This record gives sequence, C-alpha cells and structure tokens, in this order.
Amino acid sequence: MKPVKLFAAFAIGLLFGTGLIVSGMSNPAKVLGFLDLAGAWDPSLALVMAGAIGVGFFAFRVAGGRSHSLLGDKMQLPTSREMTLRLVLGSVLFGVGWGLAGICPGPGLVLAGALIPQGLLFVGAMLAGMLLYRVLDPLLP
Amino acid sequence: MSIAWDVFTPAASLGGGVLIGLAASAFVLLLGRIAGISGMLGGVLERAADWPLRLAFVLGLLAAPMTYALFAGALPVPVIEASTPTLLLAGLLVGIGTRFASGCTSGHGVCGLSRLSPRSLVATISFMAAGFITVYVVRHLLG
Repeated sequence: MKPVKLFAAFAIGLLFGTGLIVSGMSNPAKVLGFLDLAGAWDPSLALVMAGAIGVGFFAFRVAGGRSHSLLGDKMQLPTSREMTLRLVLGSVLFGVGWGLAGICPGPGLVLAGALIPQGLLFVGAMLAGMLLYRVLDPLLP
Repeated sequence: MSIAWDVFTPAASLGGGVLIGLAASAFVLLLGRIAGISGMLGGVLERAADWPLRLAFVLGLLAAPMTYALFAGALPVPVIEASTPTLLLAGLLVGIGTRFASGCTSGHGVCGLSRLSPRSLVATISFMAAGFITVYVVRHLLG
C-alpha cells in the first residue's frame, strides 16, 4: 500500500469525523431527538443527510463513469441489485441498536476517540458483534 | 409531533453534512471505494487485502475529536443516556446488523443514496424505521 493512499485515507477519515462532530451526529442525545417522532422532534439530522447526499450525488456520478480512481485504484463500487433477507434483517437489527443508544458506527468511533467511557464500551461491543457475525453468517441465505 | 426548535441546529447540521459528503466524495474519487464505516471495520477485522487502507481511515476517524479540540476549540459535550447494559446490547446489535446488511448510515445512508442504489434505499428505510420504532417503544411505551 503506497504511503500517499494511506495518508489520503487517514485525512479523509479525519474530515469525516469532523463532519460528524460539527453536524451533531456524534451526540447520541441529538440522534435520539431525531428518532423520537412522537416527542419533541429535532429535524437537524435530516439536514445532515441532505448536505452529505447533496455533495455525494455529484461525486458518485463522476465516479460511476470512471474505471480507476485518481490515485490509480480500480473503482470498487457494489454491483449487486438483489434484495435479500440479510439486507433487510441486518438493517432492522442495526436500527434497533441505533435506536437503543443513539450511536451508529462512525459516531461510535468518534466517541471512542474522545476517550468517552460509554463510547469505548459501545465500540468494544460493536467489534464483538462484528466478530460474532462471522459465526452467525451461515444462518441467513 | 412537535418540533424542538430550541435544539434545532440547521446551519451546523447542514454544514457538517457537507463535510461528510466531501469526505465520501474524496474517498471514492481518490481511492475508488465506498466510505462505509462498518465495512471499513469489518475489513480490518477480517484482514481484507486492503486492510491497512481501511485502518488508516478508521484511525483518522478516531483522531478527529482530539484534532478538533486542538484546532477548533472545546469539543461539544455529548449526552449519553443509555446504561451500560443498553450500550453493550446496542453495540452488539449494531455490529451484527451492519455486517449482515453490508453497510450502515454512511455506506448505505450517505454513499448508497448518493449513488441512487435501490439496495441502499431499502436498507436505509429499514434501519430508519427500526430506529423510529425502537425509540417510540423505549420512550413512550416503556418509559
């Protein structure tokens, strides 16, 4: 792996994390405020998605027409169009976990990076879940 | 439903969202990959061929709060209501679920919807609905 690619990946991770902090996504109470439709609803996170997709839409249009990235890697975009049980069931399990704590994987890493004990605990459990997935994997088609 | 105008942060959330969109854009244009965080972590755990690249991205995310505190001033203080058992259960479900679904809020929600992927639309609708229902049950039926 060329150092320039590793540096780019690190810098982009840093930018991504900064976006999570600025937007409020890394504050679980704010995420739960968005998911609580029946309470006092905080629509902020809809704007996070709008801002991110508004930019990403154009980048992915450009990327979709290229065979290689600017640093020379082959484009690795998913090609599957199949709707599967594991896609839906996995997303539902994820959504339940997200609704319980108000933390998804990116904000979990940001909270862990800030050395917040609950963030470290969440990320530990999430990594355990990802390892457990390898055992559970054959259960679903 | 009532809107919580007092905690609504349209400018910061839209601005932060643009930064996330720029990061996802830079990742696909420079490195040709989807900036999906659960996929990065899974790839590191499973020692995918490009795991060093994925680890570098994860390290960047982990370094974000300290860097923010260094250059932009005090970090916003997160409020976490969940108890320890809830956090552990939530983490497990997020870990298992995102791997089965091949993506989370970033991979399906941001990148997938940006590229108009039908699978990502189904995934996003599924995890958003599950999130809305879970919060309703916890806060309004059990709480």
